Amino acid sequence: MTIQDLADAADVVVEAPAPEMEDTTPQKEKMVLIAASGDLDKAWPVLILATTGAAYGMEVTVFFTFWGLSILKKPDVKISADDWRQKLLGMFNPGSTENLKLSKLNFGGFGAKFMKDLADEKHVASVQELLELAIGMGVKLWPCQMTMDLMGMSKEDMIDDLPEPVGAGSAISLMKEASISLFI
Amino acid sequence: MADKTVDARNLQCPMPVLKIAQAMNEVSTGQTVELIATDRGSLSDIPAWAKDMGHSLKEQFETGDEFHYVLEKA
Repeated sequence: MTIQDLADAADVVVEAPAPEMEDTTPQKEKMVLIAASGDLDKAWPVLILATTGAAYGMEVTVFFTFWGLSILKKPDVKISADDWRQKLLGMFNPGSTENLKLSKLNFGGFGAKFMKDLADEKHVASVQELLELAIGMGVKLWPCQMTMDLMGMSKEDMIDDLPEPVGAGSAISLMKEASISLFI
Repeated sequence: MADKTVDARNLQCPMPVLKIAQAMNEVSTGQTVELIATDRGSLSDIPAWAKDMGHSLKEQFETGDEFHYVLEKA
């Protein structure tokens, strides 16, 4: 037996799977939010509940689908899509937390501005602040792969360091285990 | 005197809960944290959070417009 053979054998021993250890760490309760709207007045409660769930020690995941994906867009991102319809959708829906509209009384953006100014005066954390807090607290922000494909969005169009995009199956799989699941 | 004091004055929901949660992560079991808030919603939110998380609410009082909560980490 050569030295190399011994080394190879040692490698095999090292790489052999360790015996299954009993996991004694208590499982965290799970909370899943489906963010399907890009409206300011929906993004706000999504992120308030997400951060509060995290403050409750829960493992929180937000699944962003359809217009909800706007919340994760970088400001003023140019959609990298080729299709003219996707370009148009991107143009009229610039996204990012800065450009979210009110679902009613938006008045061409003035309503949203008034709401944000009021929130600032009343010391209500902004959607952007809450998004940053959520990230800091370990909330998982899942982009929907299908919506990205539909709207011609790439990972570069969205804020950095997001988890890999997933589909409805992953959302359902998580919701089956979650004690709180909400569609907002 | 609490081991740690958290100032959540002028902050609205959900910040008082987020602030106390963060502070509780930074102290050890048996230590106390005092939260000062002006958000009226904290009157129900903080006791509910403490109960759900298993921390005990040792003291709760008001001074002027301020709500004080002293929690002991479980």
